[in-house]
Amino acid sequence: MKSQTITQKLANPTRFMALSGRLLPVVSALAAAVIGYGLYLAFFNSPVDYQQGETVRIMYIHVPSAWLAMAGYAMVAMSGFGLLVFRHPLADVSAKAAVPIGAAFTFLALVTGSLWGKPMWGTYWAWDARMTSVLILFFLYLGLMALRNSMEDEALAGKLTAVLALVGVVMLPIIKFSVDWWNTLHQPSTGLGSTLDPSMRIPLYWMAGGFTLMFFAMHLKGMRNEILRRRVKALRMSQVERAQAGGSDTIAAPAE
Amino acid sequence: MTAFLALVRRDLLLAVREGGAVGTALGFYLIVVALLPLGLGPDLKLLSRIAPGVLWIALLLAALLSLGRIFEADQDAGTLDVMAMGQLPLEAVVAGKALAHWISTGIPLALLAPILGILLNLEISAYPVLVATMLIGTPAVSFLGAIGAALTLKARRGGLLMALLVLPLYLPTLIFGISAVSAATLGPDGLVQSLTVLGALSLASVVLGPIAAAAALRLQMQ
Repeated sequence: MKSQTITQKLANPTRFMALSGRLLPVVSALAAAVIGYGLYLAFFNSPVDYQQGETVRIMYIHVPSAWLAMAGYAMVAMSGFGLLVFRHPLADVSAKAAVPIGAAFTFLALVTGSLWGKPMWGTYWAWDARMTSVLILFFLYLGLMALRNSMEDEALAGKLTAVLALVGVVMLPIIKFSVDWWNTLHQPSTGLGSTLDPSMRIPLYWMAGGFTLMFFAMHLKGMRNEILRRRVKALRMSQVERAQAGGSDTIAAPAE
Repeated sequence: MTAFLALVRRDLLLAVREGGAVGTALGFYLIVVALLPLGLGPDLKLLSRIAPGVLWIALLLAALLSLGRIFEADQDAGTLDVMAMGQLPLEAVVAGKALAHWISTGIPLALLAPILGILLNLEISAYPVLVATMLIGTPAVSFLGAIGAALTLKARRGGLLMALLVLPLYLPTLIFGISAVSAATLGPDGLVQSLTVLGALSLASVVLGPIAAAAALRLQMQ
């Protein structure tokens, strides 16, 4: 199994730093290029919707954000699984880096959605099934961040967050399903219509691809930052220990 | 099995003899429900329409307040470590403690609900269904809550954090609990489905809760 040997190789943070250092500029440049082209298509080379007018262009930001909101949670949960089951050393770093990014995309999806909703539905917020379940997803992200921040012991915080992330994976479909059910009782689903014209679908694909690349770039950068932060912390701790050992010697010496 | 029953019995005895714990949750339930008409105005029609939702939400908040009790005292006293080292699997310990929490908090809160329903002008015909949904739904509250209690055992400001972690998980129970009550007042159509789903949610959380909570406890004891 080749993929496993790659993940095993990457367990060495130094090797990961070397590889990600080379990968990061490429992914970042690619993300910028694809998003740039996607934005050009979205703004200048896609038709205006006959009903929605110019506001349809919000979709090109909104849909990729919503997709990454979910993909981000999948990333967090898989990393949590890798930490608890395989004890992969980088799994916790990956989970920690992915949570704020996923939360940011969830927030972006909510904000762009409500900005689109004001001219279209006449309201910023309508307890629609989709909106509600994305809001709940946002709460789960907040819970993951809050739980991690609440503990001194970083290793323990990482593992507990992983447990919560996995509980969230079990509960998310149930929550989604129950929200759908709850909503259909009160108001019919809005339904954007999945039959999208190619002139709009192709810019959307470019934007989705570009956003995904951007997610990977930010995730890699976040992981690198986290690894460096841990190294700095370890260096500081060893410095303090050395200073303490040296300090106690000099204090102890006169007493003897 | 005897060890499990002994554990449940011990927790129940502690809940009763310590005093305050159960009473506080009931008092909180009462005061939240009583505050609501003061905030919304004494319109009886409005109150009777929102009564099921208010009773359920206040019940979740009141139960949330008492969740910390599941593990906290035993963690402080060190008895939790002894239980973890005993013959009973930690999952069973968690299940026993969550069961005791349900009996000592969930059931009293569910039984108090009809009395508070009078305050909110809830139709008398809805009372049996209201109590039934709460009795069926509250095991999920205790067993999912055990996950939150276990995760925040060593956290700073655990109580507030627990609300953030646990309340989203309560959403399905809340939705189906309320839909069962409104089905009862509007017509018998969706009642059986809602009650069945509510039961399924409770059973699923009886399985999921102890496993996740025991994993969280083990990580913190290492």
